[in-house]
Amino acid sequence: MTEPARKPELTRTARIRKFFKTLMGQKQLMLMSVPMLLYVFLFNYYPMWGWIAAFEKYNPKLGPFGSKWVGLDNFKWLFNREDFLFSIRNTLAMSLINLVFGTLAAILLAVLLNEVRTRAFKRTVQTVTYLPHFLSMVIVVGMAQNIFASNGTVNSLLIKLGLIDDPVFWLGEEKLFWGLVGVINIWKEVGWNSIIYISTMTSIDPTLYEAASIDGAGRFRRILHVTLPGIKSTFVVLLIMNIGHLMEAGFEIQYLMGNSQVIDYSQTIDVFVLKYGISSNEYGIATAAGMFKSIVAIILLFSANFIAKKLDEDTLI
Amino acid sequence: MKAIAKNRKPGQRDVIFPLVNGIVLCILMFVTLYPVLNTVAISFNDGTDALRGGIELWPRVFSTKAYESLLKDPMIYQAFFISVSRTVITTLLNLFFTSMLAFALSRKEYVLRGFITTAMVLTMYVNAGLIPNYLLISKTLKLSKTFWVYIIPTMFSCFNMIVIRTYIIGLPEALVESARIDGAGDIRIFWQIIFPLCMPVLATVALFVAVGSWNQWFDTQLYNGGKKYLHSLQYLLKMKLATTTQSMNAANTSAEALKSTTQTTPITIRCAITVVSALPILLVYPFLQRYFVTGMVLGGVKG
Repeated sequence: MTEPARKPELTRTARIRKFFKTLMGQKQLMLMSVPMLLYVFLFNYYPMWGWIAAFEKYNPKLGPFGSKWVGLDNFKWLFNREDFLFSIRNTLAMSLINLVFGTLAAILLAVLLNEVRTRAFKRTVQTVTYLPHFLSMVIVVGMAQNIFASNGTVNSLLIKLGLIDDPVFWLGEEKLFWGLVGVINIWKEVGWNSIIYISTMTSIDPTLYEAASIDGAGRFRRILHVTLPGIKSTFVVLLIMNIGHLMEAGFEIQYLMGNSQVIDYSQTIDVFVLKYGISSNEYGIATAAGMFKSIVAIILLFSANFIAKKLDEDTLI
Repeated sequence: MKAIAKNRKPGQRDVIFPLVNGIVLCILMFVTLYPVLNTVAISFNDGTDALRGGIELWPRVFSTKAYESLLKDPMIYQAFFISVSRTVITTLLNLFFTSMLAFALSRKEYVLRGFITTAMVLTMYVNAGLIPNYLLISKTLKLSKTFWVYIIPTMFSCFNMIVIRTYIIGLPEALVESARIDGAGDIRIFWQIIFPLCMPVLATVALFVAVGSWNQWFDTQLYNGGKKYLHSLQYLLKMKLATTTQSMNAANTSAEALKSTTQTTPITIRCAITVVSALPILLVYPFLQRYFVTGMVLGGVKG
């Protein structure tokens, strides 16, 4: 019994020896990569053990070992709080709006640009629409405050068109907040998000279009039956990535544009974490909220990846 | 549209669609640029007059007062200096470390390649969250209230590493092999052969990193702790934004009272500082555009 078992044992040691021998020959590659590995462990993995604070009444002076263990109390407290439940709802609502309308807008723009035959015009549109992506959210919110001010352009335009009689206070209406965030996000990112679709479209085999034309397909049928199927796999991969990021509705725009009148609709989980963790030093509760978010994000990513595998599409991990 | 397409005689060129498409895209460009031009127009308007609103693409009463009072404030120069230094230092260090790792992970013979790549890619999806990171940076590493909090946590980015690695893998393998036969080590191959060849992709990544660093305001908010000389330009703007929101609410109730007392309202100042902090990006951006599209496509889906 022992005799045949020894053989794989030997090959395993041999393999380990070979591994280290090769590794010793790759000292320079190690020198180039191991410091960054340590860096990533310090900044990305090491803080994860701070999650222990989610189960404690965490006091930074006492540290994770000295603080009082409270089990799941922080989580129980959170789920009894209306404002935390609101922030889950707001996070999901705003990121879904972003995902659905943002993707549709990006694909629509890509289709329109793909039909442009004048290269200079196409380039100009691209240059202009990518621009807002590079502006900081602070700048964007500042501009939005001008445009949507009670005597700003949007109100005066709508009054001129006879759609409203009195100026709407856009930034102070809780019912309008999600839509406003959606509009601003699409304005900022539509060009940038279309890049990937445009480049996929340019790699579609032109003979497919020719064949479709010969078969009598007009422009709209060609878009429907050649262009859109051509971007399907890109669409699926990006969808999976975005589902993994569904808990990230961003916090900059909500933090900068939110005010006391709209707080029930503007506060996302990130803003909640910030409010409790940094402003009121409730580290335990804030960590629990952040941990909840991360875990849901991981579950979402893996399920989306699993579904994609079932559908036999490209997977991410 | 369908009706038009149907009625078209065979061979007749379709002119309606390109026309409509062109008009739609022109409207889109206008909508994209309008808020920027509107902000510039308000910043060059007289402060009291701006309160009335209704300024669109051109200042109604031209004035450079907002810029004058902005440029009189010594804080703005300090903030500009901080923003420029953090952007330059972060970009250089990030490019160096990220491309070095990208090269190591592009070598198929490297035995730690799979393990390190997985460890890196996972960080794009999983992170510890705000509070543990905050405690690490401020309590464990004691970086708060220093300039280094702008630099050290942002020296590496996985997405950019993948972009560069994809580019390096696309380079001819013979370059590395022939250099190795000539006796060059990996560090030398990277530094003397691969690094200079990566310039197009490095320009892309440099743009991403520089813009990210320039636009950052939240780290100042979290870690600054009242050290005014470390404020960045974006943070100054953010503070101005907060104060104007308050006075905007005040303006709703007593616009008349405000009109008589303030010469330069915060609205024009805010627009002026918006323009100042967006200017470097607006100036550099058109020249780098051809680079970043390739970069996005390289990293895009693979990320």
